[in-house]
Amino acid sequence: MGTADPGSLCQQSTFEELLGQLDDVLLDYAKVPGALIPVLQIAQTLFGYLPEEALRRISRALDKPYSEVAGVVGFYSFFTTVPRGRVMVRVCLGTACYVRGGKEVLAGLKNLLGVEVGETTPDRAFSLDVGRCFGACGLAPVIMIDDDVHQGVRPAQLSRLLEPYRQGAAADGSARRDQDS
Amino acid sequence: MTRQGKTNCKMVHLTINNAPVDVAEGTTILNAARQVGIRIPTLCHVERLKPVGACRICVVELDGVQNLAAACSMPVSEGLCVRTHSQRVREARRLVVELLLSEHDGQCQTCERREDCELQALSAELGVREVSYEGERTRRRLDSSTPALFRDSGKCIKCRRCVSVCSELQHVGALAAQGRGFETTIGPAFNRDLSSVACVQCGQCAAVCPVGAITERDQVDELWAAIDDPSKHVIVQTAPAIRAALGECFGYEPGTLVTGKMVAALRRLGVDAVFDTNFAADLTIMEEGSELLARLKRQLLDNQPGPLPLLTSCSPGWILYMEHFHADFLPHLSSCKSPQQMFGAVAKSYYAQQQGLRPEQVFVASIMPCTAKKYECQRPEMTSSGSQDVDVVLTTRELGKMIRAAGVEFHELPDESMDDPLGRSSGAADIFATTGGVCEAALRTVHEIVTGQPLPAENLHLTAVSGLSGIKEAALTIQGALPAWSFLEGVTVQVAVAHGLDNARQVLEQVRRGEKSYHFIEVMTCPGGCIGGAGQPRFTDDRVRQARMAAIYREDEGKSVRKSHENTAIQQLYQDFLGEPLGPRAHELLHTRYAPRDTLGKSESG
Repeated sequence: MGTADPGSLCQQSTFEELLGQLDDVLLDYAKVPGALIPVLQIAQTLFGYLPEEALRRISRALDKPYSEVAGVVGFYSFFTTVPRGRVMVRVCLGTACYVRGGKEVLAGLKNLLGVEVGETTPDRAFSLDVGRCFGACGLAPVIMIDDDVHQGVRPAQLSRLLEPYRQGAAADGSARRDQDS
Repeated sequence: MTRQGKTNCKMVHLTINNAPVDVAEGTTILNAARQVGIRIPTLCHVERLKPVGACRICVVELDGVQNLAAACSMPVSEGLCVRTHSQRVREARRLVVELLLSEHDGQCQTCERREDCELQALSAELGVREVSYEGERTRRRLDSSTPALFRDSGKCIKCRRCVSVCSELQHVGALAAQGRGFETTIGPAFNRDLSSVACVQCGQCAAVCPVGAITERDQVDELWAAIDDPSKHVIVQTAPAIRAALGECFGYEPGTLVTGKMVAALRRLGVDAVFDTNFAADLTIMEEGSELLARLKRQLLDNQPGPLPLLTSCSPGWILYMEHFHADFLPHLSSCKSPQQMFGAVAKSYYAQQQGLRPEQVFVASIMPCTAKKYECQRPEMTSSGSQDVDVVLTTRELGKMIRAAGVEFHELPDESMDDPLGRSSGAADIFATTGGVCEAALRTVHEIVTGQPLPAENLHLTAVSGLSGIKEAALTIQGALPAWSFLEGVTVQVAVAHGLDNARQVLEQVRRGEKSYHFIEVMTCPGGCIGGAGQPRFTDDRVRQARMAAIYREDEGKSVRKSHENTAIQQLYQDFLGEPLGPRAHELLHTRYAPRDTLGKSESG
């Protein structure tokens, strides 16, 4: 792991500082039964994802086999071990969106961003994920970009749709880098 | 457990298949049925471990209960009426097996487990003739990253027996369920290779796997190639535990001693000499016994840390476990190599010299009850002779396969004897095969060195540390110490014996907390010791362990020499070649070092 991890969502702290914060949390939870899931949630909030070094510290501090910690992380889709992008793009693949072209929209996004589902672009701007119904079936197919729902999406519109977010993500990124260095 | 319970606990009355049954409260239906001679099939249960209830094969029908219940985890209750093999039950089991088969990428014709696959046996028992379901197969991912074990995820039926033994019995936790649903795989964290995590290569996972998802690495062809190579002088060493189990590969009852036939069979395979790891076990006692005495002297006479307790070092899974999880105790580990490695070092030096051979012309093959020995021989330290001291390690099962492949009719073989000099051994070496045996063998020699008198125990057996209890203790007060050992007069030597790594961990933690204090602790990685090793014929349960253990004690009692220091071949070896126990040459060839390892294995990022 590098010293300053650019995947961190917390813009005030370096990776090392976040690990120190995690260690403090682990002191409180070391002897608490059933602490694994709460600690994983806290760690993911701190880092924005679950980096390997954090999981190793959790395994040691809670005296849980690493295989078991990894098993829990892999079981719940809430947990992620890959850094998330500054902007989250989610494609609905519920029945209505699926039949109205959600799959083509997803293919278009994969192509445009150059990533697979669950992955993040190398510049950490965008993460791509899928959902199983956002409850907006009448607007199908829909995608969510961060908290904004976009309706009746066509693959050809995707580039234009992402543009405003792309600028925001880049701006965030440069601000972050300034603070890290 | 249940037997003990009978005296203390409330009894419960129930009916199984119309027969009345009385068992102790808390007994599971599965165990209650076993007590009355009914075997309920299961693919996930492991004797003495917590029930997992993962496979759903053991379902039974209960009167007045709508759903079928899992017999492995359901405790009995008063008046319960159980049907274990009704039509409804048989159909449910068949459905489960068909579903398992529909996913199972078994490669059955060529599978390592084609002769003892539990899934296939169950499929036959239930009369499955076709699989009515079609669909995706489990994804096949092969892991040959370790020297000892081979994993094939396509064959895995996710029964989790390996997870139970790895975490509960061994307290290693290298394996767990990863992912979710159909995508679930059983393996190390994030589906990494076994070599990258803290796996001790004990192979108990492979011993309990019902299918061919985890097996030992097959190295039969490597031994065939050496035998066919005219430039190699191939010698074989056989571990103490093989002779009490190899017969099972040929239909003999567990506990049948086949020492003579084993030797004859190895000769028929075409090796140049058949030797005994027992020889090196006697050598181990000379070195480890001397080490124990040296440490006692340092601690009791010179008031310096021995350090004590001295921990045995014969079991390579235990060594890895210590390096990964208890590095603070590494100075306590005996510096003695295991008998297998002592044999290799002596064979490629002393024996090679005697035969006028260069060390690299000698090819040393081991037959071991163990998978971790395959790893041990590849440790970089194990090259005292200038190259790898032991070239290849085969399990008992692999030897069985080789004998069959050679067309040797095992039953018809005569009894033959081991070759001299590395085939000569004492009864003390035989009992290295069983839990408590190394401790007993060491005390037979140490007591005699200190007092000049034999171990004051009936038939030389230290019964307090024999048997299948997980943790055993004994105390021996030294009386009549010879002048050189007068500091030991009246000292009560405290020993502990543990088998199964979780039991060993408990002993270590008691010592760490200062609750217990011992001079000597014997640890064997596998339950029952080497007789229950992961390379032994399947399936090893406590009944089989008891039978093999009894055979080992018979072998010991049948020997004219029953103490390691009385083995004349060992005496000759010291006189002609090694000098004194713990001397410079012995140190160079027979001792080793250990290094701490990370408890989580290597980090992915370096």
